[in-house]
Amino acid sequence: MQALADASQVTQLISEMGAWVDSKRQANPQHTFALVGIRSRGDVVAHRVAEQLDITQVGVLDITLYRDDLSEIASQPTVRTTEIDFSLDGLDVVLIDDVLMSGRSIRAALSSLMDMGRPRRVWLAVLVDRGTDVRELPIAADYVGLTHAGDEHVRVLVMPTDEKDAILLGEDAR
Amino acid sequence: MSDYAWPHRHLLGIEELSAEDIRFVLQTARGLEDVSTRSVKKVPALRGKVVANLFFEDSTRTSSSFQLAAQRLSADVLDFKGKGSSVSKGETLVDTAKTIEAMGVDVMVCRHHHSGAAHKLAANVGAHVVNAGDGQHEHPTQALLDLYTIAKRLDRLDTFDFTGLTVAIVGDIAHSRVARSNVLGLQKLGAKVILVGPTTLLPGAFRDLGCELSNDLDNVLPRVDVVNMLRVQFERIASQAFPSTREYAVLYGLTPERLARCKPEVVVMHPGPMNRGLEIDGEVADGPNSAILQQVTHGLAVRMAVLFLVSTTHQN
Repeated sequence: MQALADASQVTQLISEMGAWVDSKRQANPQHTFALVGIRSRGDVVAHRVAEQLDITQVGVLDITLYRDDLSEIASQPTVRTTEIDFSLDGLDVVLIDDVLMSGRSIRAALSSLMDMGRPRRVWLAVLVDRGTDVRELPIAADYVGLTHAGDEHVRVLVMPTDEKDAILLGEDAR
Repeated sequence: MSDYAWPHRHLLGIEELSAEDIRFVLQTARGLEDVSTRSVKKVPALRGKVVANLFFEDSTRTSSSFQLAAQRLSADVLDFKGKGSSVSKGETLVDTAKTIEAMGVDVMVCRHHHSGAAHKLAANVGAHVVNAGDGQHEHPTQALLDLYTIAKRLDRLDTFDFTGLTVAIVGDIAHSRVARSNVLGLQKLGAKVILVGPTTLLPGAFRDLGCELSNDLDNVLPRVDVVNMLRVQFERIASQAFPSTREYAVLYGLTPERLARCKPEVVVMHPGPMNRGLEIDGEVADGPNSAILQQVTHGLAVRMAVLFLVSTTHQN
C-alpha cells in the first residue's frame, strides 16, 4: 500500500485549500461564504478548513437520495443526515469533497444543494482529482489539492474520523 | 452498521424485523426527516417507480401519509380504494392486486380488515408489499413512527436503544394492531412495556410476550417514561367490553390530574384519531407533554424510509 500523501502533506493540502477559500473570500468581501462538505470525508475536510478560517456556516451533505446508481450498487445504500442549518439563498458556497472521479457525486450534490435553496455561486474544492480520463460528466473542480490519474484506488483518511491523515493508493486502500 | 444491508423485500410486520433492522429504518428516517422542511420537499430517490396505495379499509391519515411519503421520494402514486371498486363486485384481494401489478407497480401499500392480508399479497405478487394495517394483526409503520417519536423526545436518536425506558400502552389492547406492533418493537429496542386497560380489553396472551398487565392506570403512571393512549375502537368492539364510556373515561382517560402523577418529562402519545374526553382529555392532547402531532410528522419520514428501503433492496 503506497502513500500518495503522508500526514504532514495532508495537513498542508487542507491548509492550502483554506488559503484558496480565503483568497476567494478576500476577493468578494461583500459576499457571505459557507462551506458544505460531502459525506463522508468531504465533511471532515470542510470542518477543518472552516476551523482554519473561522467560518461558522459549515454544512454536511448526504447525497445518497440523489445518487443515480441506486439500482446498480451491490450493497444497500445508507441514508444519513444532511446537516445544513442555515439558508443557502444568496450565499457563496464552497462545496468540498475528498476525491473527484466520475463527477457523479458532485452532480448529485449540486442537485441536492439546488433543492435546498438558491446559492449565489457554488465553487468546488477537492483534495484529489483523478483526472479527466475517468470523468463521466462535464464537471471540473475550481480548486484541486493534487492530481493522480493512475488506475489505483485512492483513499483519503482524515482525522478525527480516521485515526490518521493520509492519502493511500492501491487495492489495499479499499 | 457499515456492512449492514436491509434484508427484506417487504415490510409485513415488526415481528419479522430484528432490532438491527428496526434501528436501520429509524436511522434512515432520520436522514429523510429534513426533506419535509426544505423549500423543495422532494428527493429523486424513487423517480420512475410506482407505489400503489391499496386501501380496503377506511383510513384517511395513513393513506395520506403514504401518498405524501411516496411523492416526496418522487414516485408516482396510484390510489386504490376498496369501496366502490371491483372488490365490491366480488373480485378477490389477490386478483385485484395482480390486476394493479399488471399496470407496472413496484410497491403495494396494503390496508385490509383481515389479519394476514399483507402476507397473502406478498406471497402472490412480484411487487414489494408494505403492510399499512391488517385486521388486528400488525400496523408496523405506526409502531416505527412511535419508536422514532420516543427516540426523538427522549434523546435516543443516536443509538435508538430504549434500555431503561418504561412505556405504558393504555386502552383497547385486545383490538389493537398498533398495540401489538408497538409491544414487539419496544421490546426489541430494550424497553419495558406495561399494558393497561379493563380486563375485557386486556388479553392475558400479552403476558407471555413479557409485558406487565395492569387494570390500574393511576398506579402505573408514576413509573413510565411514555404513555401511549389507544383509541377505543367502537367499530371493532362487538360485545359490551366496559359498562359505559363514562366509566371508561373515569378509569382510563388521561386527564390533567392523571398527567400530574407522571414524571414531568413524560411523553404522551396517541395514534389517532382521538376520542377527546374519552381516552384523552383535550388539554392533555394539546399540552406540552403531547407528541401527537410529532407522531404525524414523523410518520412521513418513517414511511419514506420504509418505501425507500423495500424499493432499493437487492434481495430476491
